[in-house]
Amino acid sequence: MSEKSAEQVLADSEYKYGFVTDVEADTIPMGLNEDIIRMLSEKKGEPEWMLEWRLKAYRRWLKMKEPRWANLDFPPIDFQALRYYSAPKKRAEAEIDPELQKTFERLGIPLHERNRLEGVAVDAVFDSVSVATTHKEMLKEKGVIFCSFSEAIREHPDLVKKYMGTVVPYTDNFYAALNAAVFSDGSFCYIPKGVRCPIELSTYFRINAMETGQFERTLIVAEDDSYVSYLEGCTAPLRDRNQLHAAVVELIAMDNAQIKYATVQNWYAGDKEGKGGIYNFVTKRGHCRGRHSKISWTQVEAGSAITWKYPGCVLEGDHSVGEFYSVALTNNKMQADTGTKMIHIGNHTRSTIVSKGISAGESNNTYRSLLQILPDAKHCRNHTQCDSMLIGPLCKANTFPNIEAENGSAVLEHEATTSRISEEQLFYLKCRGIKEEDAVSLVVNGFCKEVLKQLPLEFAVEAIKLLEMKLDKSVG
Amino acid sequence: MSAKTADFEIRNLCASVEGKPILQGVSLKINKGENHALMGPNGSGKSTLANVIMGHPAYEVTGGDILFHGQNIVELEPEERARLGLFLAFQYPVAIPGVTVAKFLKTAVDAVRGVQNVKPAEFMKELRENSEYLEVDKAFLNRFMNDGFSGGEKKRMEILQMLMLKPGIAIMDETDSGLDIDALKIVSKGVNRLVGPAFGLLVITHYERILNYIKPDHLHILMQGRVVLSGGPELVKELEQKGYDWVREKFGEEVLVV
Repeated sequence: MSEKSAEQVLADSEYKYGFVTDVEADTIPMGLNEDIIRMLSEKKGEPEWMLEWRLKAYRRWLKMKEPRWANLDFPPIDFQALRYYSAPKKRAEAEIDPELQKTFERLGIPLHERNRLEGVAVDAVFDSVSVATTHKEMLKEKGVIFCSFSEAIREHPDLVKKYMGTVVPYTDNFYAALNAAVFSDGSFCYIPKGVRCPIELSTYFRINAMETGQFERTLIVAEDDSYVSYLEGCTAPLRDRNQLHAAVVELIAMDNAQIKYATVQNWYAGDKEGKGGIYNFVTKRGHCRGRHSKISWTQVEAGSAITWKYPGCVLEGDHSVGEFYSVALTNNKMQADTGTKMIHIGNHTRSTIVSKGISAGESNNTYRSLLQILPDAKHCRNHTQCDSMLIGPLCKANTFPNIEAENGSAVLEHEATTSRISEEQLFYLKCRGIKEEDAVSLVVNGFCKEVLKQLPLEFAVEAIKLLEMKLDKSVG
Repeated sequence: MSAKTADFEIRNLCASVEGKPILQGVSLKINKGENHALMGPNGSGKSTLANVIMGHPAYEVTGGDILFHGQNIVELEPEERARLGLFLAFQYPVAIPGVTVAKFLKTAVDAVRGVQNVKPAEFMKELRENSEYLEVDKAFLNRFMNDGFSGGEKKRMEILQMLMLKPGIAIMDETDSGLDIDALKIVSKGVNRLVGPAFGLLVITHYERILNYIKPDHLHILMQGRVVLSGGPELVKELEQKGYDWVREKFGEEVLVV
């Protein structure tokens, strides 16, 4: 009997987006200082106010210390050995480099209007810049603004000035400050009052260049009574050096507005020995400013050598709702320290947290959360469900739920489980004709069901495929 | 027994777990169209035999063959055995949270019959019929597999799987344990639906009670890892009246020789 354990099946899975696109890049020198930031800003043709903001952030960043409280282990990052801007050259107006088109097609994201994806508008970001945004005209008719962040700075400066940095100020943390200083592009969405965005909006992030960090910024503003569903996907080539990705995402929901934000993160995770892979240090926060507003985060974190992110919600508007649904899969030597923050400020605010951690190989998977009920926040509720699944004997799962309830009227529920894919489970499924890889993915998909069902259908299919790919040795 | 090769044959099977020998030369022949029962005291190796037949990774086969349609299956993966038409109804079915009964059954039927051979409409029709036959409520199909099921529900689910997968040879590992009489009747009714010329059965049990509902043509007694006695239905009654001590007395010395 040749027996293959579940963890071997996982370890054998290949990363299929690891190819490199050969495009001539327009870059700036390595390193980080005020001149570099000026150069970057100039390359992007930014107005003075933007440069000033970047410099303020940079000066602040210089005084900050890299946080080391997370349950992560990695060598110091040399921020002078990174390149902060790399953009594909030769981009005539309204013309997409055929190499880039091919790249995105290989990633399943056709950019050409002819065969673009129906029902979803895509902003395609390649290294430091957005190369194309689809369905823009149709959205414009509805009054929805969906464009690259650079374009928003040019075309909608008042909106950017009004909202940028109001949810995640550059003073927030080390990586948020770094991002504010050097962010190169990202997506901007504005949904006007009363508009239900007719299609899904999405951004696809692709890191290509070597030794280049990706620092994108996304800002979504949903005015009163509006609705938007936004998806984010990401991949990177196989490189044996670590690459840094430090993004900031800000969401703002006004009265009765709803924002659904979903991420399927499939950055390159490094090889089996833990060499290479992306450091994913991301600050994502939503601000429920309006009454009865709602922000939902759904994330499927399946890539990255290191993941450090806590998408959270500041629930300020009375009766506002924050949700966090997460699947974090770690394998081989991957490390993840992820979870959420729910800050209850308004009365009758509610939050739901569903976290599913899957650890395999020698990976380390940590769930960390902060649930805060401020003294004046009356009748708040939270339900937390936090489950861990272990595959194999060498992986670790940790849970650090922090609860600070300062108002006695809050109702908080916390449930947590830890389970293991057992030999008995696999044997049972195999006895029903199901082969090992399929058995593992069936068990894992079942475990993640509550989270996956939050995703829009096409995206859920993608996410399931991604989890299966991570589980299936034969794909790649 | 005729000279022709049996549909399913175990020859001198030896197996151990963590280096400890459990099966010490088991031989059995089962043809389609036959109902066999295997009884034996606790620790005699009954469940081990069931697990080894399906290829459980915790057991090491140290000798002997398992032939299915003449093919030695000892080296095959459990899923390959299942696809050949072997089925084990588990003594302790395992929960698969988040996977509905319907999804599980579809996945299993696809795997065993080949996905190209399964038409969704026909699958649904079959599933409906078999569920009704086993008095399984429709809502049950949307529950998660064995998750929070009662003992009786789990066993009924094993039989539903058996009806859907239509094995050539099925082994039931103490399916009757812990069932009340009504549940036992339904389970038996399900099994009897398959009984016929294309189906061979091995019922492993402690109690002859189930054998009132699933009539065996052959009875085998397993003690200390060997089949020490085989006979017809009359043996069931004898065992019921005399208990295992009688068998131990009769065969004890032989067993000790091993």
